[in-house]
Amino acid sequence: MGGLQKKKYERGSATNYITRNKARKKLQLSLADFRRLCILKGIYPHEPKHKKKVNKGSTAPRTFYLFKDIRFLLHEPIVRKFREYKVFVRKLRKAYGKAEWTGVERLRDNKPGYKLDHIIKERYPTFIDALRDIDDALSMCFLFSTFARTGKCHVQTITLCRRLTVEWMNYVVTSRSLRKVFLSIKGIYYQAEVLGQLITWLVPYQFAHDHPTDVDYRVMATFTEMYTTLFGFINFRLYQTLNLVYPPKLDSKAESELKAEHEEDYAMDSESYLEKLSALSASLARVVATAEEEENQLDLFPTEGEDQENMQAREKEQKEQEAQKRLFEGLKFFLNREVPRESLAFILRCFGAEVSWDKSLCIGGTYEVTDETITHQIVDRPDMDKQYINRYYIQPQWVFDSVNAQMRLPVEDYFLGTTLPPHLSPFVEEKDGDYVPPEKLKLMALQRGEKPVQEEEDEEEEDEEEEEEDDEEEDDVDDEELTEEKNLKKMEGTRAQGKTLAVKVTPGKVKPWETGSVGNKVRLEQEEKAEEKRLAIMMMKKKEKYLYDKIMFGKKRTTREVNKLTAKRKAHEDASKSQKKQKKAKKQ
Amino acid sequence: MRTVNLESQKNGTMSKAKEKSAKKRVVEEDDDQLPIFDKDVTEKKAGEEDDADLSDSEESVFSGLEDSESDSHDEEEDAEEGDDEEDDDDAVILDEILTKSSGVETATEPPATDKNTPTDIRNTVGNIPMEWYQDYPHIGYNLDGKKIFKPIRNKDELDEFLDKMENPDYWRTVHDKTTASDIRLSDEQVDLVHRLQKGQFGDVNFNEYEPSVDFFTNEVMIHPVTNRPQDKRSFIPSLIEKEKVSKLVHAIKMGWIKPRKPKETTPQYYDLWAKEDPNAILGRHKMHVPAPKMRLPGHEESYNPPPEYLLTEEERMAWEQQDAEDRKLPFLPQKHSCLRAVPAFSRFIHERFERCLDLYLCPRQRKMRVNVNPEDLIPKLPKPKDLQPFPTTMSLVYIGHSSLVRSISASPTGQWLVSGSDDCTVRFWEVNTGRCMKTLEVGGAVKSVAWNPNPAVCLVAVCFESTVLLLNPGLGDRLVVSSTDQLITSYEPPEEDKEQAVTWALSEGPEHDNGHRLTLTHPKAVKQVVWHGKGDYLASVMPDNSSNLQVLIHQVSKRRTQNPFRKNKGLVQCVSFHPLRPYFFVATQRYVRVYNLIKQELTKKLMTNCKWISSMAIHPGGDNLICGSYDCRLAWFDLDLSTKPYKMLRHHKKALRGVAYHKHYPLFASGADDGSVIICHGMVYNDLLQNPLIVPVKVLKGHQITHDLGVLDVTFHPTQPWVFSSGADATIRLFT
Repeated sequence: MGGLQKKKYERGSATNYITRNKARKKLQLSLADFRRLCILKGIYPHEPKHKKKVNKGSTAPRTFYLFKDIRFLLHEPIVRKFREYKVFVRKLRKAYGKAEWTGVERLRDNKPGYKLDHIIKERYPTFIDALRDIDDALSMCFLFSTFARTGKCHVQTITLCRRLTVEWMNYVVTSRSLRKVFLSIKGIYYQAEVLGQLITWLVPYQFAHDHPTDVDYRVMATFTEMYTTLFGFINFRLYQTLNLVYPPKLDSKAESELKAEHEEDYAMDSESYLEKLSALSASLARVVATAEEEENQLDLFPTEGEDQENMQAREKEQKEQEAQKRLFEGLKFFLNREVPRESLAFILRCFGAEVSWDKSLCIGGTYEVTDETITHQIVDRPDMDKQYINRYYIQPQWVFDSVNAQMRLPVEDYFLGTTLPPHLSPFVEEKDGDYVPPEKLKLMALQRGEKPVQEEEDEEEEDEEEEEEDDEEEDDVDDEELTEEKNLKKMEGTRAQGKTLAVKVTPGKVKPWETGSVGNKVRLEQEEKAEEKRLAIMMMKKKEKYLYDKIMFGKKRTTREVNKLTAKRKAHEDASKSQKKQKKAKKQ
Repeated sequence: MRTVNLESQKNGTMSKAKEKSAKKRVVEEDDDQLPIFDKDVTEKKAGEEDDADLSDSEESVFSGLEDSESDSHDEEEDAEEGDDEEDDDDAVILDEILTKSSGVETATEPPATDKNTPTDIRNTVGNIPMEWYQDYPHIGYNLDGKKIFKPIRNKDELDEFLDKMENPDYWRTVHDKTTASDIRLSDEQVDLVHRLQKGQFGDVNFNEYEPSVDFFTNEVMIHPVTNRPQDKRSFIPSLIEKEKVSKLVHAIKMGWIKPRKPKETTPQYYDLWAKEDPNAILGRHKMHVPAPKMRLPGHEESYNPPPEYLLTEEERMAWEQQDAEDRKLPFLPQKHSCLRAVPAFSRFIHERFERCLDLYLCPRQRKMRVNVNPEDLIPKLPKPKDLQPFPTTMSLVYIGHSSLVRSISASPTGQWLVSGSDDCTVRFWEVNTGRCMKTLEVGGAVKSVAWNPNPAVCLVAVCFESTVLLLNPGLGDRLVVSSTDQLITSYEPPEEDKEQAVTWALSEGPEHDNGHRLTLTHPKAVKQVVWHGKGDYLASVMPDNSSNLQVLIHQVSKRRTQNPFRKNKGLVQCVSFHPLRPYFFVATQRYVRVYNLIKQELTKKLMTNCKWISSMAIHPGGDNLICGSYDCRLAWFDLDLSTKPYKMLRHHKKALRGVAYHKHYPLFASGADDGSVIICHGMVYNDLLQNPLIVPVKVLKGHQITHDLGVLDVTFHPTQPWVFSSGADATIRLFT
């Protein structure tokens, strides 16, 4: 038995991973610098498959980085910049201590900085990669752009974030790529489809932030630093694809109009320009002045069989998308001052509507309330004093629901002062077996072109109808368990009746399955099949059995949840109905 | 003290008093302003003295006029005459005062032997921690180099308290550590302390608000202060500076020095991906795991969700009591009547921050999500229909026993069934009708019954307690019955009677009429009897962990008994004969041992992987063996293949009690405590390449579970695909 004895943990997965502290020592960085580097370079810990092996036999909880990742960080030029900055801070402190003010000034002038361009290029070799990863960047920039310009982070960062988000919104408006919007309790979710990528972001409601104390803003700032760089390059590229001028400029016509109005309100020209851009009411200047974006149609190729079907489906989809893009085209909206102007203007402009608002609210309003051509006025107050006859006064949810439904919903439910129908999330895609709220079912029926149930009939009829509907729904949604329960209940009921009543012998009826007809056979077959399955399950291997049980458990849980939701809904509807009846009784 | 002082004062010289009074007037004029002195009216005469003293001391301290001889002289006199104690106090507390007075004292009156006037006891040890003197009787040295002794008795808490209560001057008494003595502060000193506390000057006479006199006058004078003319160098330009400037100018001209540019703060963007390489691998390596996207919101996150998504009161309570990590939803669904009413989300920044943390701190791992259709997991088995015949329905129930039926056995013809029960009876049944043909009372709970497999012999072995009874039930063909009787009676005892472990006894009289033929009395309780296939040999099991006498093999024709094993290999559970070859199977708790009876050696040891074997059955071909165990498993062995089970079947939910093989059909059955009998199809092919097919074909249910016991024994009909099962509910059931 020759040869050296193999030492443990000198090959294999133990050498592929490195703990955080060791990595830090290898890079000779402080923890804060290491963190920054990891954030900027997108290095994250990995969970090894065999933790104990990697941890050299210990089971202590440690975070592991891939050794390759750390080696890759060794050659990062930005590490040197970090060190330079450290030296700069030291020198500055010294100069302050000695009260050498000229020295301080000189040092400040030569403050070392760094650029993240190469890191962005390295992390995202292609543009699509970058676009795919932009969700977090968008949410973060939108959050930072709503921060107050005091404390917490640099003012430059906030203005930069604001600028970038405005550019993004302008791009989305121009490219008309918004797909879904959702009013949640956290903020407003938007989903856009940019170059085939679905991008979702969350914008908080316009309120002052109550800054929490247990949040490390340095981490957030580092992320934002990276995100703004990424975001800027993406914006540049996106503007290029649409032949727009970057940084964005307003159309010369629109600009001249705007200039005439509000020039004196702003101290700085740049500030006013950003405001004008963020008003989203004017179109942007293009590099090449084209009259209209030409419609790019799918070329038709002679295809066969499945390909043809696919092609047709694709064509149909595109048509739908085109239709959605022009959802609000030809409509003229006016926003009241109590509605969130920016988000509504953004959405409406994305779908081709004309929007305006009160002059005192923001610059960029193109027409007044008194304009007779306004078709919709969006209001969010219980009542209005002065109403025009030739326009709808609707609540803002109509816009959001219409966008999600890809059609102009009937405005009746959204009139001034009415109780709004529930606002559903457009991001939920129900699979069979999941719970579908009845509103969604109605909406789907509407989309299919079916007419909604007439509700202007007598109330009683309505009630009846509702009941019928309820029954139908129950039938639809109830699954085996519920029906079983029902049967049991029925049986119990009959039993109870039997107890109370005197025992009677009634001529029995022959049940269909006892006659030996088709029903019997079917039932037998079913039973046989069920038994076969049971026997087969008995023969399953242990591992597969475990997996099978797990899957079945999950399925059962979902059905339980669905049942719970339906029961809740039913209880709620019953309660509301009884309330209605009570009211009616009172009236009479 | 005071009175003495006054007296001494009266007796004192008038000349001094005159001098003093002159001074006093001056002092009093100042002092009247101070409130503390106004109050001090209780002792006027003493007050005068005090005033004098104070003025003096104060002068000495603050005016800086210490050197005046006359003053010092006066004062010394005063001190001597007057307040001895006060003087002492002064001396110790305020150093300056002390230096002066004591110095004078020592100079003028060195003896100082007066009892009332303690001399100045200044400690000369310096500024050291006084703890160093803790262990000594003295506390330091005075100016003369004499030891200063500590007071004999230190004041304790009580003294302190009494002092506090009784001594009216307690508040102005101060303890001096260096001399370990208490010092009473004089009025002036107290006043001084007050003044210092208020932040005023110590000197009463000092006027803080004197009109200031400018150091330099603010009036501009028309004449210069000095008459010196200005230097020449202040008129002519400096050469050195000129050189420096010209250098800089030259550098600027040459373009070496550039004016400072304002720094560009706004980032510059350009087309970063102008030359993008679509084939470029992501910078680092293939192990990159992209971060998962944020979860998209569901209906419950809406500002106006459908009513069913809102939490009820109980759910809300439960939500609030849960830990933040356990919550299914990280927020409470809320309904707002209009968009205007929606407040800011308080945890927005938190959530963003948590996302950031997740992005750079959370270890990533690729998890393979099994996306299988559960139906695909179910193995495809041949349809039970194709594997018929096997018993499917319960057709007969044999009722008659009053306690659990431990064991059953069918006659080789298949016409009769024998059962033994805990109610101490053995019953014989007709299989086809379910009629009880015969009931025999025996002397104990019947543990096991076995019908002789030889169709030419009609004998049934019954075991209860420590007896094995051979019965001739007298059922069936009369010829067979009589031939059996003949067989038993034809026995001739051998010449030399060997000592045997079992006594054989022939039954006579009424017992004979009942069918009893032979009684084998064992030394211990017998649990199981089993026949050899030929019907001549009979094995009985007496489970006992402590001896080697656990298994006995009897030969009926020769009435001989032998103990095949010399050694105890564990608690024997059951035994069985090989149907064709001279092998003998012994199942202990965990193993099945296969012995060759001719060679008298161990052939095989089967590991069952069970905890405790309950029953065993051998395929009529002798190649396969099944073992039921109390841990719900059934082990299927291929004896040619391996000593480990080919298949473990975990079909039953509870302990298996009985297993059986069918004589002709590829069927085996297992009965368990869950009250079910499971029939499996176990086909072994002659082609060695084809795997044996073991498929459960039917779950038969019928027995009720009593006392946690279900089915106790199963046995197949010798010719038909029928199975009998006996249960704890005192019934025997036939499934056809």
